[in-house]
Amino acid sequence: MAKIKGAVVVDTERCKGCNLCVVACPTNVLALATQVNSKGYNYSYMEQENACVGCSTCAFVCPDACITVYKVKLDK
Amino acid sequence: MSQTNSSINEIIKPENLVYKKPSVLNDNPMHYCPGCSHGVVHKLLAEIIGEMDIQEDVIGIAPVGCAVFAYKYLDIDFQQAAHGRAPALATAIKRLMPEKYVFTYQGDGDLAAIGTSETIHACNRGENIVIIYINNGIYGMTGGQMAPTTIEGMKSSTCPFGRDISLNGYPLNITDLLVRLEGTRYVTRQSVHTSAAVRKTKKAIQKAFVYSMEGKGTSIVEIVSTCNSGWKMTPEGANDWMVENMFPVYSIGDLKDI
Ligand SMILES: Cc1ncc(C[n+]2csc(CCOP(=O)(O)OP(=O)(O)O)c2C)c(N)n1
Ligand code: SF4
Ligand code: SF4
Ligand code: SF4
Repeated sequence: MAKIKGAVVVDTERCKGCNLCVVACPTNVLALATQVNSKGYNYSYMEQENACVGCSTCAFVCPDACITVYKVKLDK
Repeated sequence: MSQTNSSINEIIKPENLVYKKPSVLNDNPMHYCPGCSHGVVHKLLAEIIGEMDIQEDVIGIAPVGCAVFAYKYLDIDFQQAAHGRAPALATAIKRLMPEKYVFTYQGDGDLAAIGTSETIHACNRGENIVIIYINNGIYGMTGGQMAPTTIEGMKSSTCPFGRDISLNGYPLNITDLLVRLEGTRYVTRQSVHTSAAVRKTKKAIQKAFVYSMEGKGTSIVEIVSTCNSGWKMTPEGANDWMVENMFPVYSIGDLKDI
């Protein structure tokens, strides 16, 4: 069966740590980092990398367009 | 760890790209507070303008309010307007350049308070413009004062104990009023708090842009929004509060489409 796998890249300098992507992700991939960017925001990152399905929900709700989404179908 | 990383790197390749920041939204960091609905709507406008391939054919007008600097982020022609006057300016621009897509981008303090007259008369004349109306129930830019749209019981810096109808009057549901005007063609109320809502709002704005070229009247897209700073809530808390308290007053969906 084909398995969908996704990955996101967060523009950590653009991110304002609003947490909206974190709560929107249906598979709880994202979290806010303990580190901060140059403006002092705890940016979003993939905490559970393997859980991402590339659905783009996080990217749709992000007010600052920080998230790039990739998706592949793996035949298994 | 390294194994996980390598499998992630297998996915992060140009051929697997499914979403990225629209290019019409430039790289300037937006000044909006973290989690502000304005950002989501800017992003949608950029996506739509890019996908419709109208970057050279669209003119935006942003009056006073938090979004007064919209021109810094959207890579299109822009005009600033005095507080409340965007529909008047849009009228002139569209009449002089009917081949352009012309939209205003207004807050509720702008559209439903100081600009009430311009809003109603532009819509009543059936100007072929798009009005993007961000209703966060508050004057965001100036520190969260009560607006005509502030709902009953909602706290603001000028009604810290909540809007009191007997003292402050009723919340003004101006979009419902605009439905009644002969000049409006498309009136819809949307939101951007979930990915499904974001997609619906995108379709609504797209439709409004298309309609604005058909000469059949004004299109208004109200977006019930949050101002988490002014509301003194977290961004996610503001979204929840909006769903629970704003949606019963400002119901989501198409109000007119002819
Ligand atoms: C003629 C005039 N009156 C008052 C102001 C002060 N002022 C600036 S922004 C604003 C309210 C904006 O609120 P809204 O339109 O709801 O937009 P938001 O900031 O909430 O996005 C006011 C009253 C002004 N700039 N010009
Ligand atoms: S693409 Fe979907 S699954 Fe992946 S992080 Fe974003 S919301 Fe979560
Ligand atoms: S929604 Fe965007 S700005 Fe907010 S935390 Fe996520 S990536 Fe950062
Ligand atoms: S004050 Fe309110 S409307 Fe203005 S940028 Fe901040 S959250 Fe957005």
